[in-house]
Amino acid sequence: MKNKSLVSITDYTKGEYLSILDTAAEFEKNSYQDLLKGKVVATLFFEPSTRTRLSFESAVNRLGGRVIGFSDANTSSVTKGETLYDTIKVVSNFAELIIMRHPLEGSARYASELSKVPIVNAGDGANQHPTQTLLDLYSIRKTQGTLDNLKICMVGDLKYGRTVHSLLMALSQFGANFYFISPDELKMPKEYKMHLDSLNLHYQESKDINENILDADIIYMTRVQKERFSDPIEYERTKNAYVLKGEMLSGCKNTMRVLHPLPRVNEIDQEVDSGPFAYYFEQTENGVYVRQAIISIILGLK
Amino acid sequence: MKNNILEVSAIKDGTVIDHIPAGNLFKVISILRLEEIKETITFGTNFQSKKLGKKAIIKLSNVFFKDSDINRISLVAPEAKLNIIKDYKVVEKKIVEVPDEIQGIIKCVNPKCITNHEKIITKFSLVDKKKIQLRCHFCEKITDPSLIEKI
Ligand SMILES: [Zn+2]
Repeated sequence: MKNKSLVSITDYTKGEYLSILDTAAEFEKNSYQDLLKGKVVATLFFEPSTRTRLSFESAVNRLGGRVIGFSDANTSSVTKGETLYDTIKVVSNFAELIIMRHPLEGSARYASELSKVPIVNAGDGANQHPTQTLLDLYSIRKTQGTLDNLKICMVGDLKYGRTVHSLLMALSQFGANFYFISPDELKMPKEYKMHLDSLNLHYQESKDINENILDADIIYMTRVQKERFSDPIEYERTKNAYVLKGEMLSGCKNTMRVLHPLPRVNEIDQEVDSGPFAYYFEQTENGVYVRQAIISIILGLK
Repeated sequence: MKNNILEVSAIKDGTVIDHIPAGNLFKVISILRLEEIKETITFGTNFQSKKLGKKAIIKLSNVFFKDSDINRISLVAPEAKLNIIKDYKVVEKKIVEVPDEIQGIIKCVNPKCITNHEKIITKFSLVDKKKIQLRCHFCEKITDPSLIEKI
């Protein structure tokens, strides 16, 4: 994986996922290691995403590296009309690794083909956000002890949610069993179901959240956004049907955990936070270790 | 006057492309960049065809295509047949094959794709040869054949 850009979750193999997760576990035990001392990493955020940027910058800082970059296209030369081509050609002279978030889909793949240094995709529009998927895998393995043959319940916006799509692609290599719970307008796209069919993996679809969570190992919640609905009345009718409440979780497996890519709006009731099943805040902590692992492996330091 | 059309367009050496859907003749011309060719080109369209309804034919003198170039027309003329002519005789017959990868020619359907915002040569891989479904190398979205739009 040395010098190999991470653009899409499908760029890496199952074995490579696992070695990233193992390295992340080492960083969880000992997060502050001066592996990047004297090295410069660029964070180019062409659209703001404070949480993701801080997680990456924390990872670089814990490794003793320095960060240059911008957090918003308005503070960069992009507002003067500079192309992505020019920005990458220039910045790849300044840093040993570029972490990039961009609102246009395919921008990270394009950048990886222009850049002298590896690119880590921190989100390209609705397309890919592979470090999120790897931290999801890490959180799942840590809470379940394995990634093999788990029952994964995905809830909410399964149509536009790139995190659930990438997670499905990654988990499908480990023989998962999926429950898709969403309103009709936001069902899992056909291409992903065809992918599961081709691997003979089982999945079930439902509109009812209560029906299927009792034997789940993981409940993966997503935001149901108003702008995704063509009919605002339909949104009002469905928005509360996909809210996870404390009482719904009684009877779930003891080992079950609730994940969410965050930020949340109201889809997980705050009373769930203090219960035994909530894991979404730990999930963000895991993100730092996973990003430390990805950066140090790509730079050949681990 | 007998065989008038044939005589006008018969070629000594070159290539005849037959079974082009009439509606896609001009797409084929532009995909093959025939406007840049200085040799004699004859084409006819709206011939009756049992298979295609109406078909078009292109005859090119002294022009021979590489397979990789001619296969690019498979997106708009998947049934096209080629006759290679040497000294007025058909010396070889070819069919077009849908390639595994297509560079340039078509535009990604995704308005949020980087290829629609910067000067980038598009690149697609074929995920389904029968239905001609193409996945964009950059944004990873599938472009459906009905939406294929030439750049
Ligand atoms: Zn595209």
